[in-house]
Amino acid sequence: MKTFDHKLDIEKILENLEDYVPRRRGWIWRKHVEHQKIGKFEYFDTSENLMTSVGLPASHAFDAIDPQPKAIITTEIASGRFEDDIRRMRMAAIHGADHMMVIRTAGQSHFDGLIEGTPQGVGGIPITRKQVRAQRKALDIIEDEVGRPINYHSYVSGVAGPEIATMFVEEGVNGAHQDPQYNILYRNINMVRSFVDAAESKTIMAYGNLAQIDGAHNANATAVEAWKVTPELLVQHAINTAFSIACGIDEKNICLSTVPPTAPPAPSVRMDLPYAIALRELFSHVKMRAQMNTKYMESSTREATVTHTLNLLISQLTSADIQSTITPDEGRNVPWHIYNIEAIDTAKQVFAGLDGINQYIKIDRTNQKLSKEIRELKERAILMMEEMIEVGGYFEAVSQGFFVDSGFYPQRNGDGIARKIDGGIGADTVYPRNCDYFAPVTAHFGLNHTNQYDLNKPSSIISGCTFEDRDKIIYIDELDDSDNVYLRLKETEVYRLGGIVKPEMEWQGDGVVLLTMFFPLSSDLAKAAALQCAKQMNLQEVEVIHVEVMHPVEGTRVEVKGKVPFDIDVRTLKTEPKPEILEEEVLKEEVRLRPYKIVSGTVGEDEHSVGLREIIDIKHGGIEKFGFECIYLGTSVALSKLVDAAIETSSEAILISTIISHDDVHYKNMRKLHDICVEKGVRDRLILIAGGTQVTPEIARVNGMDEGFGRKTKGQQVATFLVKHRKEVK
Amino acid sequence: MKRHDDFNERRSSLINLTDEELHNRFWQLSQQLVDPMIELARQHTTPSIERSVLLRMGASSIEASSIVGYAIANGVIGSGVGHCLIKVMNYYRLSLRETIEKCADESFFTLNFKSGGVLNENV
Repeated sequence: MKTFDHKLDIEKILENLEDYVPRRRGWIWRKHVEHQKIGKFEYFDTSENLMTSVGLPASHAFDAIDPQPKAIITTEIASGRFEDDIRRMRMAAIHGADHMMVIRTAGQSHFDGLIEGTPQGVGGIPITRKQVRAQRKALDIIEDEVGRPINYHSYVSGVAGPEIATMFVEEGVNGAHQDPQYNILYRNINMVRSFVDAAESKTIMAYGNLAQIDGAHNANATAVEAWKVTPELLVQHAINTAFSIACGIDEKNICLSTVPPTAPPAPSVRMDLPYAIALRELFSHVKMRAQMNTKYMESSTREATVTHTLNLLISQLTSADIQSTITPDEGRNVPWHIYNIEAIDTAKQVFAGLDGINQYIKIDRTNQKLSKEIRELKERAILMMEEMIEVGGYFEAVSQGFFVDSGFYPQRNGDGIARKIDGGIGADTVYPRNCDYFAPVTAHFGLNHTNQYDLNKPSSIISGCTFEDRDKIIYIDELDDSDNVYLRLKETEVYRLGGIVKPEMEWQGDGVVLLTMFFPLSSDLAKAAALQCAKQMNLQEVEVIHVEVMHPVEGTRVEVKGKVPFDIDVRTLKTEPKPEILEEEVLKEEVRLRPYKIVSGTVGEDEHSVGLREIIDIKHGGIEKFGFECIYLGTSVALSKLVDAAIETSSEAILISTIISHDDVHYKNMRKLHDICVEKGVRDRLILIAGGTQVTPEIARVNGMDEGFGRKTKGQQVATFLVKHRKEVK
Repeated sequence: MKRHDDFNERRSSLINLTDEELHNRFWQLSQQLVDPMIELARQHTTPSIERSVLLRMGASSIEASSIVGYAIANGVIGSGVGHCLIKVMNYYRLSLRETIEKCADESFFTLNFKSGGVLNENV
């Protein structure tokens, strides 16, 4: 992997933004490689490898491979400060995300026009030209770093859809949510206005080749029993799809936002599968954006991750062109950096693990029960559309509360979201076009009487609009002196200079830490105890964010967050020196000139031998490879036996492996080994080494070892120490 | 409205359709629902559509907001606000940028586009 020595320079990204020109327009899909070898393995469902990436934690045991799934991987970023989100995007990209979805600040849907500058947002960022430019510019740098195009995405909704769509095309935004039904049902924007605006927005998006994601999945998150709105979801997808095609959006850019509606403890996979199949059969001509379930997310990140893993199983068994990820902490706070990465890794891990499995496991589409359920869903959706037409069309149906009713259509519970045709935000703002109506621009929907000016192309009358001539774009930098990125950066500048640091979850210098505790108390008392504990640890703004009963009276798991009130001076920090590793040839030569014998074994009542074998065995790149003669005594070896063997065979070193660490037994064994060697008078001529996943080198040395080796140690590293230490002793 | 699940009675018209016929019915109904909304959109405009037209013509978001507001107040949005700008540009022989700046001035816009104004050809 390439080495990194620079953080992204946010201040520099903000410089000369007025001159920034996006590299491209439109969406880029990953390239599926039908069959490829990555490391030792064959893959069938992957895309091209990244140039630079951070693999899964276990990847080091698999030659550091990092197979990339064939689906685009989305991460949703929403901290409210775009400048901090840029750093998170860089982390997300190197873990495998290539679709950065930027959530808008609360209330932007109702903002009548474009917002400018860089004000701070709530639960998202105000989408403005400046911050879009800054993030797209940063993503240019980031995509070069990972070697894969990154799609940048936000929302074309609310009462300023066409303007936002225009700005997105001008600024090289690659994808957007666009669904007038979302405006109507969840933002109470007038329905007539929403559809008229949507036609223009979609035409603009079609021109810019943006991928469009619809909004149907919100019904899942809103309905009381999410699995019952499935017939309606098919209807919502159909309306937005048919409307989009009529506006000129290419089918390959129409992505249905679909969520497996159910979650355990319901038998969710069995319940969600018929719907997933019905959807993919009816909409085989468009793309699937598979979202993860949010409806049944509580504060347990573990529970969310398991539900999301089952969602990924459905994606694998059916299909997903875009796999969205939901951070496992969404049920308890605005997502933190680390959980964006966890969610991306969950998707990457599951897809790697399931790679090619569809060759062996197929859905039995002929199964009677499954077949019946799929057919039934389609029929229910058709019946709903028939009734909508019967009552007078879409608008009338919405006004009668057809949508987001908790009944399984045609069952009706009368609790749907009803909107008035002439009500909502933006009512009475739709105007008929006169017979001289004219708009001198490209990508305009509907009547446009260009004949009055004798034009082939409407924008030729102004020698091209901004879509052809970007010099016409007016860039506004800042409008608010009291709320902008420069003021925020000033406050956190000290943390970017490198001298001091604070722990961070969301924003630079936020100081937030997470503590996990168990108390042998009932949940109420445990919560109080956890708060008390965090306060006595001097944390500020302490809050309980997760409580889980282990037993009603025996104990409770509690997680709290809080802020540390201090900075850490980076210059005073001590790090373990990087191990020096001698070249393979040098090691071989040293051992050839002076043969080297060692004895080894796993000590304590410990049957784990994998780690030690890796350090020793020639086939794992262990020290035998360099010519060491290794006398391996097996597992659960008595310490004195190791010392005796070393003396008998005139070995120069003893290597012990210790996995079990309860009650510090591993360190106690090290101390004992040292003592035995001293007793027998051989400590000076023996090198003692201890290894294991829980071994900290420093503590191993304190306990009488010459060196300790922890997780991820390689044979070459141990060989280097043995050779160098022998030289030093000599 | 409350209604029990009468799926089994309602589906009688669908029960004999093949899977393919069912598929076609689904899309035929979707199209039928969407067609009148497409027609509505073809024939209407909104403040946001007009602002997006002005943005594409090279107005800033602030200018676009003001000008569209004046066009609505003077009842000329139905001709297209971009069209209003073209009329100003041609009549006064201005550059596009000058036109935008002129029209962002409420009194100028109103003078020209009020009922009976020199550029108000409202039809």
